[in-house]
Amino acid sequence: MPPTHRTVLDGDDIGRALTRISHEILERNKGAADLMILGIPSRGVPLAERIAARLSAAEGATVPVGSLDVTMYRDDLQLRPARTLGPTDIPDGGIDDKAVVLVDDVLFSGRTIRAALDAIGDLGRPRRVRLAVLVDRGHRELPIRADFVGKNLPTSLAEKVRVLVEEYDGRDAVVIDDSPVAAAAPGVAR
Amino acid sequence: MIRHLLSAGDLSRDDAVTVLDTATEMLSLADRTIKKSPVLRGRTVVNLFFEDSTRTRISFEAAAKRLSADVINFAAKGSSLSKGESLKDTALTLEAMGADAVVVRHGSSGAPHRLANSGWVRSTVVNAGDGTHEHPTQALLDAFTMRRHLGDLDGRRIAIVGDVLHSRVARSNALLLSTLGAEVTLVAPPTLLPVGIASWPVATSYDLDATLPKADAVMMLRVQRERMNDAYFPTVREYSRRYGLDARRMGLLPEHSLVMHPGPMIRGMEISADVADSPRSVIVEQVSNGVAVRMAVLYLLLSGSSHDSSDSEPQEDDA
Amino acid sequence: MTGYLIKGARIEGGDQADLLLRDGVVAEVGSGLSAAGAEVVDADGLVALPGLVDLHTHLREPGREDAETVETGTQAAARGGFTAVHAMANTDPVADTAGVVEQVWRLGREAGYCDVRPVGAVTVGLGGERLAELGAMADSAAAVRVFSDDGRCVSDAVLMRRALEYVKAFDGVVAQHAQEPRLTEDAQMNEGELSGVLGLTGWPAVAEEAIIARDCLLSAHVGSRLHVCHVSTAGSVEIVRWAKGKGWAVTAEVTPHHLLLTDELATTYDPVYKVNPPLRTHDDVEALREGLADGTIDCVATDHAPHPSEDKDCEWAAAAFGMLGLETALSVVQEAMVETGLLDWAGVADRMSARPARIGRVEDHGRGLEAGAPAQLTLVDPSARRPVDPADSASLSRNTPYARRELPGRVVGTFLRGRPTVLDGKLQ
Repeated sequence: MPPTHRTVLDGDDIGRALTRISHEILERNKGAADLMILGIPSRGVPLAERIAARLSAAEGATVPVGSLDVTMYRDDLQLRPARTLGPTDIPDGGIDDKAVVLVDDVLFSGRTIRAALDAIGDLGRPRRVRLAVLVDRGHRELPIRADFVGKNLPTSLAEKVRVLVEEYDGRDAVVIDDSPVAAAAPGVAR
Repeated sequence: MIRHLLSAGDLSRDDAVTVLDTATEMLSLADRTIKKSPVLRGRTVVNLFFEDSTRTRISFEAAAKRLSADVINFAAKGSSLSKGESLKDTALTLEAMGADAVVVRHGSSGAPHRLANSGWVRSTVVNAGDGTHEHPTQALLDAFTMRRHLGDLDGRRIAIVGDVLHSRVARSNALLLSTLGAEVTLVAPPTLLPVGIASWPVATSYDLDATLPKADAVMMLRVQRERMNDAYFPTVREYSRRYGLDARRMGLLPEHSLVMHPGPMIRGMEISADVADSPRSVIVEQVSNGVAVRMAVLYLLLSGSSHDSSDSEPQEDDA
Repeated sequence: MTGYLIKGARIEGGDQADLLLRDGVVAEVGSGLSAAGAEVVDADGLVALPGLVDLHTHLREPGREDAETVETGTQAAARGGFTAVHAMANTDPVADTAGVVEQVWRLGREAGYCDVRPVGAVTVGLGGERLAELGAMADSAAAVRVFSDDGRCVSDAVLMRRALEYVKAFDGVVAQHAQEPRLTEDAQMNEGELSGVLGLTGWPAVAEEAIIARDCLLSAHVGSRLHVCHVSTAGSVEIVRWAKGKGWAVTAEVTPHHLLLTDELATTYDPVYKVNPPLRTHDDVEALREGLADGTIDCVATDHAPHPSEDKDCEWAAAAFGMLGLETALSVVQEAMVETGLLDWAGVADRMSARPARIGRVEDHGRGLEAGAPAQLTLVDPSARRPVDPADSASLSRNTPYARRELPGRVVGTFLRGRPTVLDGKLQ
């Protein structure tokens, strides 16, 4: 059976989702005070930048945005070849007492977010950490949930969810690949 | 990535760039509240130093500890190593201790190769300087320091000056910098250039003054006074006059050029004090960059599964 | 049963013939021989060579019986097709007195696998300062004719001159280990492109060639016989060729390993390839093969140098120099010289038996396979090929550089005075 590709969100859908997430962040945070948006490389970073741009535009003040690489905090490092580190770029002033919003493209097992929380712990002590994801595809292996979700996307483990972003892939889209072979548990390295 | 780091020549351009990029991220770890990453938690790094080198040993020790590895220092002085225990028996001891990586400094060229290839140990071996052969992490930190100041090293002109014949730093730098696209010129009296250097990927010169005006960086090598007794040069004074870097010679360098030294320096021999302390000198920075580069090396060699070669299909960001 | 009848061997690679060995001599050579009571050895497809003679073997006894003994070393020699070996003097104590050389000679006789001709040291304790009692060694039961400080060079020109002159009294020869000591301090490998890259101190060709040139001139000046041990460079071949062209009494040997291996092997940093003189370049190997083919180099000598594993299982600089050679010499020569068309089997017989016997003044060896000659004989199967297994050796040591390498040829039989020391490839 050949793999099939299915586009579940197009560029406009993604734009609308990010706008909605931005509004929800402001609502929940009661404004932009002390907000800091941190994207998880690689595709969480452009999404974080877009959210930050929307927040800044809505509030008329610059909302700091950066990136947080979690590679060295992953729990599967010994299961796969060494990975290149992504950039960690914390805005000036650091994370202490900030209301940090982590941004990632897909929420799946939850292990990346656990690693991100550990990484944050080594950087300082934020007042609060919330999580925004473009897609939540389920199959959690840890007690982690997102505060802001662009789209809930029930999937089977045989499927593969890919988020494409303009900055890396030339277009915005969320695609599901049906792969007859990739029927692995989500936490297993692949 | 390769399994051991024995020679700077083992690194492809992609490998070298990966190490240097990773080192950049490692350097930022030093700015954090907790200057430590858990990435090598539960891993054991043994510093096996048959030759005294407090600087290098401390640098590797700091690197391993910042990555949360357990560090065991095994130094020659006062240990079984100074009592004539063989490299093989030492290696078998380390194997029994379950070392994941052995960082080895040895007075004999090729000792790390023996350790890595003899079947005595399964550990990853990192060459921390072997005889007059190589010192690859020193070359990586030198390249890292140059990149921070000069950007991409492709086409950059680097002069390495001094006792090339006996210098493991010169060998590793010549290989690594060439891999990274730099044009390397080794400058020394003919007695201190190895036979067969024509086959190296470098240019050579006997004339320091002619080399300096085009150099983006000049790296001065330590020259031991005792070489005089083996007639490599007539006197220290003559050596300094012909191959030492003093203020006048520094004036021949272009504005942006860097002055480097792998240490330990002999002020007044190969480098004058005012040059060593000048704003162009990045000698102190070389030392601090050493930790970041060694963190990158340990991370890249150790964090992955050592036997994993498949399973490299693109992963979802959240796996 | 009296004697052995060897059926259908190709004599020195030529025509097939039968050989009847009886009473220690070749009694008859011809076709269709039969002899009542003689044990028949089917030698169809085998080449018969006169028993090989090694001018350069380290048997290590007395002193390093953990590395080799006269018995195990001569067993290895027999398995390699040798019927006589010269035991080098760098033992402990050094073979610099009649007592030590007689002991080694007697141990050889007792073992019975091979005639052992002790080499006497040129200087006391190989110290390079005073001549050893060369005459006493010559007059001893061991009847020493070859003198060498091998492992050390007789670098003092006066001492070398005196030694060359002195041994004329008993038709001796000085075998020089040509190595200028100051040019080779701490030397680890051939000086060239690779030594610079590997950071190993170089052993320059000139350190060998300068001594050979000096010694050739000395030998001409005093009219004495000079033998040059283990020639390893193209330049050395040139110098020996020049000296021979002058008609001087200079002879030279080359080791099997210098005919086959190059300094590239040092890139492994495996000390099994550490040897003195060091492995040289491809060009040197070519020149040595040519020199051996045209007779500039008189003979192949193994420089069989056993070392216990602890002296090789270590870093390069700490390791001992030397490699095993007796059991693989003929195979290496077949690969390097015969299969390349540089030498035929008659040439091999000349370079590995006749000439070394003549240089060492070894009576009853190297005489060829004709009726009446002493029955020293080697049967080799040139069609065999085998990967070298270090464990399959009579030597007490395992430092062969050919481990796992496939080499041609196999010694099937070795006869010493008509008695087999090796038969069907097995020690008797």
